[in-house]
Amino acid sequence: MSVTPEDIEKVALLARLSIAESELPEVTERFSKVLDLVDELNTIDTDGVVPMSNPHDMTQRLRADTVTSHNAREALMASAPVQDSGYFLVPKVID
Amino acid sequence: MSDSDVLNASVSELHRLLAARAISSEELTNTYLGQIEAENDALNAVITLCSEQALTDAREADQTLSRGEGNPLTGIPLLHKDIFCTQGVRTTCGSHMLESFEPAYDATVVTKLKAAGTVTLGKCNMDEFAMGSSNETSYFGAVKNPWDLNCVPGGSSGGSAAALAAGFAPLVTGTDTGGSIRQPASLCGITGLKPTYGRVSRLGIIAFASSLDQAGPMARSAEDCAHMLTAMSGIDAGDSTSADRAVPDFAAALNGEIEGLRIGIPREYFNEALNPEVRERIMAALSVLEKAGARLIDIDLPHTHYAIATYYVIAPAEASANLARYDGVRFGHRCDAPTDLEDLYLRSRSEGFGEEVQRRILVGTYALSSGFYDAYFNKAQQVRRIIAEDFHRAFEAVDVIAGPSAPNVAFQRGAKQQDPVAMYMEDVYTLAVNLAGLPGLSAPAGLINGMPVGLQLVGKAFDETTILNAAHRLQQDTDWHTLRPNFGAFQS
Repeated sequence: MSVTPEDIEKVALLARLSIAESELPEVTERFSKVLDLVDELNTIDTDGVVPMSNPHDMTQRLRADTVTSHNAREALMASAPVQDSGYFLVPKVID
Repeated sequence: MSDSDVLNASVSELHRLLAARAISSEELTNTYLGQIEAENDALNAVITLCSEQALTDAREADQTLSRGEGNPLTGIPLLHKDIFCTQGVRTTCGSHMLESFEPAYDATVVTKLKAAGTVTLGKCNMDEFAMGSSNETSYFGAVKNPWDLNCVPGGSSGGSAAALAAGFAPLVTGTDTGGSIRQPASLCGITGLKPTYGRVSRLGIIAFASSLDQAGPMARSAEDCAHMLTAMSGIDAGDSTSADRAVPDFAAALNGEIEGLRIGIPREYFNEALNPEVRERIMAALSVLEKAGARLIDIDLPHTHYAIATYYVIAPAEASANLARYDGVRFGHRCDAPTDLEDLYLRSRSEGFGEEVQRRILVGTYALSSGFYDAYFNKAQQVRRIIAEDFHRAFEAVDVIAGPSAPNVAFQRGAKQQDPVAMYMEDVYTLAVNLAGLPGLSAPAGLINGMPVGLQLVGKAFDETTILNAAHRLQQDTDWHTLRPNFGAFQS
């Protein structure tokens, strides 16, 4: 299945990636090559096959709801590119 | 003992020397740091050095050893792939996005290897976010193969493989989502093991595709890998997919006895994609195992061909979800002067991620998007089960499955960069093993025109012991794992 540059722009927006107008044809072409590759899956009959999301079909382990780690807020905040008084800063979102 | 003797010594030999106080961990650490400082410019395999901390840790290991304490890894230097979080030491994942990221905690693998007494020398270059088979996608530049500086070392753990092959460390860590330990191990002539999914904790490993990612050892021999795997493995409360399985002493289990071992040879792994000279080397390695008592049995893995398509839906889909966290707000790259929130996200991500990472995020987002989820993601997960069942059926009749780790020896840099699909074919023999969650290793099987070939051995789930033992036997009967590139300290 081939995709159009418009399809790519839509997917890029969903993925929050911006693609320069000049790169769009090449990105579209390489993306289409990958899609052609994965379209091979349509040639195989999967009727009634249960999708596999974990190779051992493991389910989530449960644990007691107890505190297990200390408060590392300051250490974690240290990685933030812009912060103030313990808050992550973003551009103004409400006028 | 000369530097080159030290650089060629196995972990067991180093342990004997350390325990006998014939050499100190500090001397060993200085020797390896010296190698890296002298030769790394030619390879670009190491991107962060931790010299000061390494020497402090080495002196501490020497104290432990002088009390007659310690274990097989106490005082042994190693390098980590830069995908493992190291507290206070920058962890880039080969990306501009994380160029200055300093984690607040250690990955469980790092914690466990530290607890075993190892000394961390530094961090290895890698394909950006572990996406690549040539180590050309790193923001920090391509890594070169010490066997031929014009060739790629493989990827994504290419920095780790090149560093090990060049004598920068006796042990290195890698991760393998679709072949990222086994393919570079093959191309650099070393031994590398991807454990069973769940054997090793993923906590603190920067996530790529969570249902496929596994960390494993890369070393000069199966025995060295076994020592390291024992230290790395085990259930972890911090990773709910880590398996509640007893961890054997993998090295103690190596006896080289393979009489009656049933080795399955999948017809599909010896197809037209395989370089005939690689086929010849693989068959020669298999006949060594046959002479040692193993039985070679032809088998079929009929859906092998679909592994690439399946992988290139599932891995990008999981990656697109995992990489959504890079938003320019909490950590990682943030663009200059964003005009609004949307602009902050778009520019931070587009500036921070390289081309291959963006392509996979796009493919994954597409496969998960409304209207395409069933046709792509759900379908791929169904085919994944069919591929896994091929292996389960085959393992009713055999104990190990063997074939090539990669279709070719190392290729020239730039040769496949323009065609993502040609690059994806590099992993044609390794991807299915991740989809099925099985353990697989690559062991050296000789050279073609001076370039290494790797034999892949795949085991049943949680049976790393059997493939390590078969590789160990191969390494008792051949000297392929002792071949060194004509590089640096090994130069003749």
